[in-house]
Amino acid sequence: MRAGAALLACCWAVTALAGDVRAPRAFLSPELRTLQDDPARHPGWLWVEQGEALWRAAPPDSGKQACAGCHGDITGMSGVAARYPAVAADGALLNLELRIERCRTEQQGASAYGYESEALLSLTAAIAARSRGQPVNVRVDGPAAAKLADGRLLYSLRQGQLNLSCQQCHEENVGKRLRGDVISHGLGTGYPAYRLEWNGVGSLHRRLRACSLGVRAVQAPFGSPDYLALELFLADKARGLAVEAPGIRR
Amino acid sequence: MTDITARVTMPTSARKGEIIEIKVLARHTMDRAVDAPGLKPSPRRIIHSFRASYAGEEIFRMALSSGIASNPFISFTTVATETGVIAFEWLEDGGAVYSRAATLVVT
Amino acid sequence: MPDKAPTRRMVAAGLAVMPFAAQAQPIASAAADVNRSRSSESFADAERALLAGRTPIAAGITLDVPKLSENGNSVDVLIRVDSAMTREDHVRAIHILSEQNPYPRVATFNLTARAGRAEVATRIRLATTQNIVVLAETSRGAVHRAEQEVIVILGACVDGG
Ligand code: HEC
Ligand code: HEC
Repeated sequence: MRAGAALLACCWAVTALAGDVRAPRAFLSPELRTLQDDPARHPGWLWVEQGEALWRAAPPDSGKQACAGCHGDITGMSGVAARYPAVAADGALLNLELRIERCRTEQQGASAYGYESEALLSLTAAIAARSRGQPVNVRVDGPAAAKLADGRLLYSLRQGQLNLSCQQCHEENVGKRLRGDVISHGLGTGYPAYRLEWNGVGSLHRRLRACSLGVRAVQAPFGSPDYLALELFLADKARGLAVEAPGIRR
Repeated sequence: MTDITARVTMPTSARKGEIIEIKVLARHTMDRAVDAPGLKPSPRRIIHSFRASYAGEEIFRMALSSGIASNPFISFTTVATETGVIAFEWLEDGGAVYSRAATLVVT
Repeated sequence: MPDKAPTRRMVAAGLAVMPFAAQAQPIASAAADVNRSRSSESFADAERALLAGRTPIAAGITLDVPKLSENGNSVDVLIRVDSAMTREDHVRAIHILSEQNPYPRVATFNLTARAGRAEVATRIRLATTQNIVVLAETSRGAVHRAEQEVIVILGACVDGG
């Protein structure tokens, strides 16, 4: 705890309104906010571009259909990202990445792209971009309720050598500065996002791994049940806020 | 050589004499040379040049270095003179050339 | 930067891949050895070589860079040079120089009168807090110069991945 306090000691209060949950874009510098709104300059759109090309292309020599073959034009994916993560018929909690991977393996009979592969990031960005501006609206009833509870628990769990929970930073220190970053509510609405630090697009789970490392905690694997439960909890917290993907982040 | 992912943003039409803005993005890691002791050396691999021509005549070029950010963004202007093809080329270390083209209709 | 012509459709990507009529010839990039991470040329040498004995005019350039950069991986640079951009008198070349980067010559833009406006933008890498210098050469042989300090903040989460 002492280490955690020291870590936050460099912070000073910026505008912090208690209670409400503000969109990630509200915490961006004016420059990055403008960039996020400008597809002519936003490098994340290169991934959207590539994802749209993948959407139209059939897997080579498989005799199987392209995504477009079953789903039609990608415009039909409007609103889908706002409903994810979601529990599938077999009870598995799937985020958009894993939903795409299922179609890839089960519908196209191809090998999975792999989490954090450029192809999967591109397709995810292209589909998520179709929900840009639409309010997050995930289901948390039925089989999702237990997953949400898991996520809530993880969110408040102190972790790592710094012994900090997500909540301590993303609720109790919102608006404060941490080494050049302004701490936001820590929502996933901008992901996949182009992060300047990464020089490219990365998934929400990559961002979560960075936060885990930041408190010197064990990083869970990409697509792990823990990060999926957290993702659902974050989406529930972001309910009603607009999808920002592809976001631009520092 | 494979292709490059690129985006060009410009108007599809303009009035004669109007100045139009052209913005281009290309997906490239812009790898710097590695020559530090103990590390496996590798040469620079960047987009070292970009150029644009309009109806066959060069209107703009840029020499890039490893000091240009990944996924290079370039913005420049040109006067709409005639209906024609604006062609773009990105030249990579190692000799690959990637190109795109768009038509500007001038009224 | 808001679009100046919002009423017209814009093309964005998905463009035809067009072979060039003439074969592309590489553009000589300044003093770059592709095997070396650091230039043998210093910032001062690079600026001196570009000035070629001319005394720069400390006016006529608007250099728009953030005073505080959030991440040195990507720093927006917008350059505008006052010029009528006529055939007789236009900006021919705009150079971006960095005082502290491993390579002082960051970029060179070559323009013609057909640009209509001497205005270019790109994104650069900055190794550390430093001055950015811009030189603009006109077709009449004059050189304009602008300089601006950029403070570079480092990232909070270094995730190594
Ligand atoms: C052979 C037909 C087929 C192909 C090819 C296919 N899908 Fe699907 N996809 C489906 C079906 C059927 C569902 C609904 C499955 C369900 O509800 O359990 C689905 C669901 C989805 C969903 C979730 C939609 C929602 O509203 O929740 C996404 C996203 C998706 N697919 C993306 C893709 C992508 C990306 C590709 C290409 C890599 C692809 N699909 C290829 C048949 C296909
Ligand atoms: C030591 C403080 C700290 C802790 C603990 C922490 N984070 Fe973060 N987190 C940050 C900072 C700083 C950022 C970058 C600025 C921002 O967007 O808030 C960030 C960013 C994020 C983002 C990206 C927001 C965006 O819009 O780009 C998400 C999502 C996130 N955190 C979730 C979590 C979760 C979930 C946990 C717990 C597993 C967690 N964080 C733990 C400090 C922390």
